[in-house]
Amino acid sequence: MAKNTVNIMIVGVGGQGTLLASRILGNITTSAGYDVKISEVHGMAQRGGSVVTFVRYGENVAEPIVEEGQADILIAFERLEALRYAHFLKKDGTIIINDQRIDPMTVVTGAMEYPENIIENLSAKYNVISVNAMAEAEKMGNTRVFNTIILGLTATKMEFAKEAWIETIKAIVPPKTVELNLKAFEAGFAMNA
Amino acid sequence: MSKKQIMLGNQAIARGAYEAGVKVSAAYPGTPSTEISENIINYKEIYAEWSPNEKVAMEVAIGASISGVRSLCSMKHVGVNVASDPLFTVSYIGVNGGLVLVAADDPGIYSSQNEQDSRMVARSAMVPVLEPSDSEEARVFTKKAYEISEKYDTPVILRTTTRLSHSQGVVNLEDRVEVDDKVYERNMRKTVMMPACAIERHKFVEQRLKDLANDACDMDINKMEINDTSIGVISSGIPYQYVKEVLPNASVLKLGIVNPLPRKLIEEFASKVDKLYIVEELEPVIEEQVKSWGIKAIGKEIFTVQGEYSANMLRKAILGEELDIAEAEQVPNRPPILCPGCPHRSTFSVLKKLKIHAAGDIGCYTLGAVAPLNVIDTTVCMGASISTLHGMEKAKGREFIKDWVAVIGDSTFLHTGVNSLMNMVYNKGTGTVLILDNSTTGMTGHQEHAATGKTLMGEPTYPINLYNLCKAMGIENVYEVDAFDLDAMESIIKQEVAREAVSVIICKSPCALLKSYVPKGKCIVDDEKCKKCGACLVPGCPAMTKKDGHIVIDETMCNGCGLCMSKCPFDAISLKKAGE
Repeated sequence: MAKNTVNIMIVGVGGQGTLLASRILGNITTSAGYDVKISEVHGMAQRGGSVVTFVRYGENVAEPIVEEGQADILIAFERLEALRYAHFLKKDGTIIINDQRIDPMTVVTGAMEYPENIIENLSAKYNVISVNAMAEAEKMGNTRVFNTIILGLTATKMEFAKEAWIETIKAIVPPKTVELNLKAFEAGFAMNA
Repeated sequence: MSKKQIMLGNQAIARGAYEAGVKVSAAYPGTPSTEISENIINYKEIYAEWSPNEKVAMEVAIGASISGVRSLCSMKHVGVNVASDPLFTVSYIGVNGGLVLVAADDPGIYSSQNEQDSRMVARSAMVPVLEPSDSEEARVFTKKAYEISEKYDTPVILRTTTRLSHSQGVVNLEDRVEVDDKVYERNMRKTVMMPACAIERHKFVEQRLKDLANDACDMDINKMEINDTSIGVISSGIPYQYVKEVLPNASVLKLGIVNPLPRKLIEEFASKVDKLYIVEELEPVIEEQVKSWGIKAIGKEIFTVQGEYSANMLRKAILGEELDIAEAEQVPNRPPILCPGCPHRSTFSVLKKLKIHAAGDIGCYTLGAVAPLNVIDTTVCMGASISTLHGMEKAKGREFIKDWVAVIGDSTFLHTGVNSLMNMVYNKGTGTVLILDNSTTGMTGHQEHAATGKTLMGEPTYPINLYNLCKAMGIENVYEVDAFDLDAMESIIKQEVAREAVSVIICKSPCALLKSYVPKGKCIVDDEKCKKCGACLVPGCPAMTKKDGHIVIDETMCNGCGLCMSKCPFDAISLKKAGE
């Protein structure tokens, strides 16, 4: 078992479904006997704004948030959000990026420009794993499961057995979507190069 | 039964109420309190309702308490303002069955119009306040609140903050304890607050507060952790967790009850430590009292009164640590926006075209204030749009509001907007009111309200008809219009703003996030017909963008609302219907 508290962040755009991923993460940690705290954003920011969810697990977790310089893993559902929160990573931390671009209103209106070469620039400083989970999810016929694909990829960077992930997903996702989510998880798991 | 579950703070409060034997719950949705009611309905032993506003919810809970059962009401901090009238007086009346008010504060203003501190309200109302610091405590303290409520004959405030309400932690589940209803007996001196009775009850309240301050010193919800005594910290709630993170070896007095303060306990703790810090988010409520007793302490000299605290903040402020943190990248902001397919965008696009100012209100549509819509000029509080517009007219005359309307959502209109409209009629105003009726309470996550035809518990009920309601006030000019019918809206708005009488335009179309919402299809750009003029981008739909000079619609985001089609002068956008 991990000695120190492990810090994970999931960042994305409101409406992308960060909450399901954090629920699965939370439950797998407690089934392994850890204490866990998860902190999420509800309300106005969920309307297409930048959203962040924190998951912390360990023997005894005090604060529910991950702070700058502390994250072991940063899961970004969108490129720009990866860049926005990269400074939350530890020096040897890992970023898992869903290589998708969603323009914020500041870019749509032309007030600002969407940064170029985000993945290349982040790769120079951090361990970056970037995949197009959206394209993969489209192949499965449901773009909404892209987050489970990302979770499958994340699972390869964590200490929990694959079977435990599968059991947790079965227990948490709506019964009708179990099969699809497991397929998505397997696809993500297989993406680890 | 011993079972553990990961729960949101709000979920744990609902669980605590269930275990405490609560039978009635009333609330109005408000971030960060909403999930309390949404979880309470999982417990069939509890009757739960959405009331039209927090004052009504509080009064429903008071009635339940007087009749002899344990009751709960929950609301966000600004909702406590609305409920403060009954709150201040039920403090005098006290309770029969236990009565708990959950006040959810929002330090950092994640989803509110201010960051006021409910503990200040509680002090003026002379009501005790318990403050949990994680989900498990949220459950335990809720139960404790009912014990205190009945023992001391007082309503109790359980104070939470956004970070507590919306954090999950491990909770131990216990069984519900059925509490016998208290016998109801008429006791006019206690439950009719007219002057002679209130004078007597005020004496009781003053004594109650003294007794509570005394007894609080022995309550097990306060914890004195004596470790290294060179640094001592008094804290409560979520800030306690940051203290534990930064100063694991310091001595800490963790307060579970923050009003009234357990003075003797605090004095004892202060005498044991060399240097005393008081770590509390928002106002120096604990600090000012502690200092007034002649105790030396450090508080807001080094900690802010604004926003949320964090461990890093305490590291800098208390330990003077320079943190080795990479700088944040300068990246474009991503503020919240109206969703693709949102009917408010359509309405605002008409107002923008007509160069009309809007007195705004509280809801998703407050986002009509920012680029690219820039339509809303004012936002104060629930229901204020109609009354502020009326005030402008009375101050500056009809000419001043000739290019103004008030915009208010359906749920907000029923909350307190209806009173303001009554006032406009009564006092001979001539304003134009747009009710943005999306058939739900949108921003808080789609709650039912008095006009949706469904209760919180999912039962069908009589839907209040907004059109008839406005008509019944004597308003002659009331219209219902499809929020996506731009031509109709434009002509009615022009006509009504010019009219020297109150008018109401109900702009109807369901919220695109409702489960019952069926997208019309997907909008497709014909790149050959498209002249790249950008007219379609003006309303600011997040599904649309210009890439390499071409207009691109993100098919995964588009709901096919057709607003961009209506805006296109060249007929270059068409609707691919679902299934085509």
